[in-house]
Amino acid sequence: MINRLSPFLAVMLVVGYAFLYGPIVSLIVYSFNASRLVTVWAGFSTRWYVELAHNEAIRGAALISLEIAIAAASGALVLGTLAGFALQRYRRFRSRAVFGTLVMAPLVMPEVITGLSLLLLFVALEQAIGWPDGRSILTITIAHITLGTAYVAVIVQARLAAFDRSLEEAALDLGARHVKVFFVITLPLIAPALAAGWLLAFTLSLDDLVIASFTSGPSSTTLPMVIFSSVRLGVSPQINALATLFILTVVVVVTVAGRLLAGRRS
Amino acid sequence: MPSADPNAKATTHAAPTDPYLRLERVVKRYAPGAAAAVDDVSLDIARGEFFALLGPSGCGKTTLLRLLAGFERPDEGRILIDGADMAGVPPYARPVNMMFQSYALFPHMTVAQNVGFGLRQEGLPRREIQTRVAGMLELVKLGRLAGRKPHQLSGGEKQRVALARALVTEPKLVLLDEPLAALDRKLREETRFELVRIQQRVGITFLMVTHDQEEAMSMASRLAVMSHGRIVQLGTPQEVYETPANRFVADFIGTVNLFTGHVAGVDGDRLLVYCPDAGALLTVEHAAMPTGKDLAVALRPEKIALDAAPVEPGPNRLAGRIGAIAYRGEASSYEIELATGKMLRATVPNTKRRAVPFAVGQSVGLVFEPGACVVFEP
Amino acid sequence: MSEAFRRRAVLALPYAWLALFFLVPFLIVLKISLAETTIGVPPYTPLVERGEGGLGLHASLANYRFLLGDSLYIRAYLNAVKFAGVSMLLCLLLGYPMAYGIVRAPRAWRGILLLLVILPFWTSFLIRVYAWIGLLKGNGLINNLLLALGVIHEPLALLNNAFAVYLGIVYSYLPFMVLPLYAALERLDPALLEAAGDLGCRPWQAFYRVTLPLSLPGIAAGALLVFIPAVGEFVIPDLLGGPDTLMIGKVLWDEFFNNRDWPVASAVAVAMLVLLVAPMVFVRRLLQGETA
Repeated sequence: MINRLSPFLAVMLVVGYAFLYGPIVSLIVYSFNASRLVTVWAGFSTRWYVELAHNEAIRGAALISLEIAIAAASGALVLGTLAGFALQRYRRFRSRAVFGTLVMAPLVMPEVITGLSLLLLFVALEQAIGWPDGRSILTITIAHITLGTAYVAVIVQARLAAFDRSLEEAALDLGARHVKVFFVITLPLIAPALAAGWLLAFTLSLDDLVIASFTSGPSSTTLPMVIFSSVRLGVSPQINALATLFILTVVVVVTVAGRLLAGRRS
Repeated sequence: MPSADPNAKATTHAAPTDPYLRLERVVKRYAPGAAAAVDDVSLDIARGEFFALLGPSGCGKTTLLRLLAGFERPDEGRILIDGADMAGVPPYARPVNMMFQSYALFPHMTVAQNVGFGLRQEGLPRREIQTRVAGMLELVKLGRLAGRKPHQLSGGEKQRVALARALVTEPKLVLLDEPLAALDRKLREETRFELVRIQQRVGITFLMVTHDQEEAMSMASRLAVMSHGRIVQLGTPQEVYETPANRFVADFIGTVNLFTGHVAGVDGDRLLVYCPDAGALLTVEHAAMPTGKDLAVALRPEKIALDAAPVEPGPNRLAGRIGAIAYRGEASSYEIELATGKMLRATVPNTKRRAVPFAVGQSVGLVFEPGACVVFEP
Repeated sequence: MSEAFRRRAVLALPYAWLALFFLVPFLIVLKISLAETTIGVPPYTPLVERGEGGLGLHASLANYRFLLGDSLYIRAYLNAVKFAGVSMLLCLLLGYPMAYGIVRAPRAWRGILLLLVILPFWTSFLIRVYAWIGLLKGNGLINNLLLALGVIHEPLALLNNAFAVYLGIVYSYLPFMVLPLYAALERLDPALLEAAGDLGCRPWQAFYRVTLPLSLPGIAAGALLVFIPAVGEFVIPDLLGGPDTLMIGKVLWDEFFNNRDWPVASAVAVAMLVLLVAPMVFVRRLLQGETA
């Protein structure tokens, strides 16, 4: 009887989820409001979606953000997988503590610090060797790879910790060489973790305002930067429409990924 | 390996008397200065043998297995398989396959893909792989499950897939790490016979590691008992059971009653040993030893006959009182207290359905043959 | 390929990348925090200068003295600790029952409840903060609703104050609290509570004596995962806060983007880091223990 959901806990669950989802629901509802005033309901309309579709600034920024997010997630996937592998498998090397700190620190570092320090590095590098030539999509991507690597490494390390190493030994024993074992056994088995890591790095990049603001140049305004400057000026139904599309995409991706994973298991 | 064929493999210069697998003074330490996990082990195993390494957990038997598979490197000594030195040979290049305790079946591959994995590494044509996998699955009676994934199999089926995967490449040596540990009791007993049958059928040398003495004795043609990284006794199951070389082996394998005493005299080919804890003189079939030498005498419970009538005290005749009874169906075990206070264990087969059993508290006589006892250093 | 070579090959790339793009930048921040502001590109003086008498070292603590001398910076610093700390407690008060509720919920619901906690994390942070503006404004949804119900007669000031900042931080970082708590509580063997009950503990005693102590690592991890990023938060105080809710992260941003004072911004970053080093080391230990 002890392990039942008590009324108090049930109420707290309802309150908690209402708190988490109330604002999101209001956001979605008012994206279909006919009035410019976000708070006064004036009938159902999709006009903000139409306006959003014609908003060149948002469309351009969205494309830049996507480009950066795809490149950054892919880079972070490679670096983070290597880092997570090293952290889990190589228990003893001289600078393991330093390496571990370097991998994990971006997870908890306040974004303003990461952003400022990377910008100062880019400026110093440009002074010293002439690269990178100004701030651009490239510098934002580098910054996002650094951030994403930490997240991918943590996910990969956790997956490898639960990995039965005798699977790899069995493959070695049956005649496969180390590199082949990695590609034929290890990689397919940690693939879901890699997919999750890529998606996380992608989302973080797409969502990042602070680090991108520090490391961006005049020609590389990302979507969060456009949203931020628009929001600072006040509430805009177009942003509601954009948010709704964003949430919809996330729900679809999460549902599909969940189904795929469930399908694999059964 | 007698061979009249002049074209016999050039790589194996093994003389007919040479063993198939040879370990020469192998030592393995996991850290410099640490106690050796495998300590100066030498061992010869013949082709086609079913050999068992038996010992409690932590005795070094699994380390020895991993040294043979190539997952660990010996600090000292040599390992030769069919005459070839395995030093520096990586696991994937060794003519050795292992059946893992967890089976280590690749979860993302079907049964057939798992079994065919080793053959694919050899780069064999697809046709041949298919034929050999099908043949091997037939041998382990899994032909109908070829398309299944490991998580759709029962424990016994997984075990047979793991075995098939290790056998299909026809390695020179198959290593089995606690092959039956993951099965439930009933299945374990059936599988013992099955494993032996398959081993005899394919003729491949098996080396099994187990902590279960019953398993080792019922399956292996020879076995080595290990303790603290060393082999403490080597022989056939019967030799090891009936003539344990020391107290550890006697105690680890089966149940044993141990007395301590000293040589009181010699009577022909028998040794007279006085044991204060038995309160009697015991006669043992053994070569002569100097009088006064301290010895331990081991006596298996099933070698003792119980007599409801009081016995005349004398050599190999003791009097006691039944303290507890464990009825096991095919036999009953009795705990018997001697006049000296020592507790003995005796096992008597229940050969008659309606035999009147002994009762707790009953006085009994214990009788055993001189050949029933074994002596070793205390 | 030898074992040692393979190791080096795996390590080299991430190591080099993180050293160049994470470690070196901090050294540069430290360096520039000791420089002086000038007009030019870049807008700070070099630390090492070739003068008449050879190389001259120009390092000064002027920026730090400046920070200590101005009550605005001290206040922003303390404010950040206060807002992050109080929000952390509020997250714990709301997050603990939620995590416990998820653990106790019927098995079939658990997955979906957990997913619902994680889901907001995947949607845009900026958009979620933005959603509150529409709710809290003077003519926002909450005020309109309360006015319509007759609870209040003129709009409440809900936005651009400390209340809104607390709300924003708790809302944004609640999942960081719930997830480690869930992980800790889920591991708890229900038989322990049954044993405690069997030995005479009332349910609340069993909670206090068994559940709570065993979930301490989860509480610590969750608390730090909320506190650390909240201290450096910029978006929430900027969008939801007012003049009295200045936080150190926003100060850094303003120094950099509005005043273009890179050395002072760097000094602020170093000061913030000093505050966060201990919690960061601690949270790394906790997280490492989890995966090891």
